[in-house]
Amino acid sequence: MTAWLVRRVGAAIAIVFAVVTLTFFLIQLAPGEPFLPPPEQPMDRAVVAELRRQFGLDASPPVRYWRYLVQMAHGNLGMSFGLHRPVADAIAEAVPNTLLLAGAALLIDFLLGLALGVYQALRVHRAPDVILGNVTLFLYSVPTFWLGLILLLVFGEWLRWFPVGGPSDPVMCPTVASLHCVIDRAWHLALPALTLGVVGAAGTARFQRAAMLEVAGQDYVRTARAKGASERRIALHHTLRNALLPFITLFGLAFPFLLTGAVLIETIFAWPGMGRLATDAILRRDYPVVTASALLASTVVVVGSLLADLLLVLTDPRIRVRENA
Amino acid sequence: MTPGTWLALVTALLLSGAAVRALRRRARREAWRRFFRHRAAAWGVGVLAFFVIAAVAAPLLAPFDPNRQLDIVELKNRGPSWIYLFGTDVLSRDVWSRVVFGARVSLAVGALAMLLAVTLGALVGAVAGYYRRWIDATLMRLVDVGLSLPRLFVLLMVIAVLGRVPLPALVLFIGLTSWFGTSRLVRAEVLGLRERDFIAAARALGAGSGRVIFRHVLPNAAAPIIVSAALGIANVLLLEAGLSFFGVGVPPPDPSWGNMIADGAPHLATAPWTALFPGLAIALVVMALNAVGDALRQALDPRQEAT
Repeated sequence: MTAWLVRRVGAAIAIVFAVVTLTFFLIQLAPGEPFLPPPEQPMDRAVVAELRRQFGLDASPPVRYWRYLVQMAHGNLGMSFGLHRPVADAIAEAVPNTLLLAGAALLIDFLLGLALGVYQALRVHRAPDVILGNVTLFLYSVPTFWLGLILLLVFGEWLRWFPVGGPSDPVMCPTVASLHCVIDRAWHLALPALTLGVVGAAGTARFQRAAMLEVAGQDYVRTARAKGASERRIALHHTLRNALLPFITLFGLAFPFLLTGAVLIETIFAWPGMGRLATDAILRRDYPVVTASALLASTVVVVGSLLADLLLVLTDPRIRVRENA
Repeated sequence: MTPGTWLALVTALLLSGAAVRALRRRARREAWRRFFRHRAAAWGVGVLAFFVIAAVAAPLLAPFDPNRQLDIVELKNRGPSWIYLFGTDVLSRDVWSRVVFGARVSLAVGALAMLLAVTLGALVGAVAGYYRRWIDATLMRLVDVGLSLPRLFVLLMVIAVLGRVPLPALVLFIGLTSWFGTSRLVRAEVLGLRERDFIAAARALGAGSGRVIFRHVLPNAAAPIIVSAALGIANVLLLEAGLSFFGVGVPPPDPSWGNMIADGAPHLATAPWTALFPGLAIALVVMALNAVGDALRQALDPRQEAT
């Protein structure tokens, strides 16, 4: 177990390292570069050269890579080219927003998805199951950002139930200072979180329904029924408990989905999170921010899948860790 | 819409219905019968058939040139009507015509990128699973890296770095970043297959590794490959839409469903139909592909009972 864990953590670190390295060199391949003045706004050559020197861009890529690694080992992510501030500051500002959005979405995803999946499995092939099956299939198949646009149109623009974007009311509540502002935050959070959450919940529900039905065919469920356990007891104690195990795997897979979804949703709802920071940085050639975002994103994904595997090993006594696998 | 295009539309609908019925009647093999036993399989095949027919016969179904600006002053952001079935967009182009022609681009991008991804995934999975040892370890670590990169992010970076890319390059990039999942599935299947007696028999008869992989291993691993192909197209369609939203998808003015949503997004409040209909088209095709994928999995894997 310990050996397995050490190996997995080692592999996780290696993956993150590989992703950062790939990102670093990929973005070097770009034609065009930061500090290239637009033609309509010429800049003195000496100024450009000085800027490049200040940001260390005059060195060759391998040298810059080495410097970057050394700085990173010291916990220094560098200065952003475009934001005039340390990358760490910009990220520290964006991460809580993304965490809030992803956390709320994850909550909706799992609670709603689990409830729907279990409910459908208990009514399998009857009207509620068929109707919900079609609804979840539709939501599962819809482009997330398109659903976001439609929800924005209906609930933001037409019905005016929710604000059309931003993390909070910029005039009344720039920070979370009072109860009123907490409510304001939640109100702004509702639509983006709902969009991400509902799309995720559709996938979760389909997955959970299949897992429930697979377990329902197992011998131990028949044994429970033969023993005379009530249907309710069978559903909750025998079927659901075992059908929750694959759910843990799903939990690990949810991270990349949330990250990708968040990129688009944050853009649509003007949510100042990591997704927007990263896409803006890519489009503006802000190398340090891009590399740092890649570092963060791959860490989250790798840790998510590691956590899921670990949980699975801890919760399911049938899974034995193969020491030489 | 002209009488001619209405006629073409009705014909396309009837044809796709007929295609489903014909397939169903021909379904003699057990696998095909199991396929059609799935609740939504016939529906999914019908929807796919319709969109493929529409893509092929686009000039017949579309009353206008998809890129023509009909009348930038008078016909801008018109709502749906009998003449402009899905309305017109901000440049006074007919949205229905663009959706029909967009089917060509979107389905072609989806199918070609999927073909590349599934071929790569199947090859890598088969090689890793068959040879095991360090080849397996190396390839699977590579796949781990690929799976832990957020794909949209990577593609955005690559394409932003290169500037505008032509359509074939877009297909290439999407294909090259979409094979990781397939290779894992195929590898798992191959791991089981390589221990079977018929593989040992083939090797005993003197077949080389290449022959064993292509003639004996891969055909028997067809089930996960076919299923991931169906789901792969669906993924590519969603991905292309996302890329277009950031302005790095299919280059304008040619319509793809993705760049139509992106073009319509800023005018959502005044002309919601410009973004609504291409999105519905994507949703329909992806739903159909998911249904067909489910049905295929059920048909090709007899161990799994009807759910």
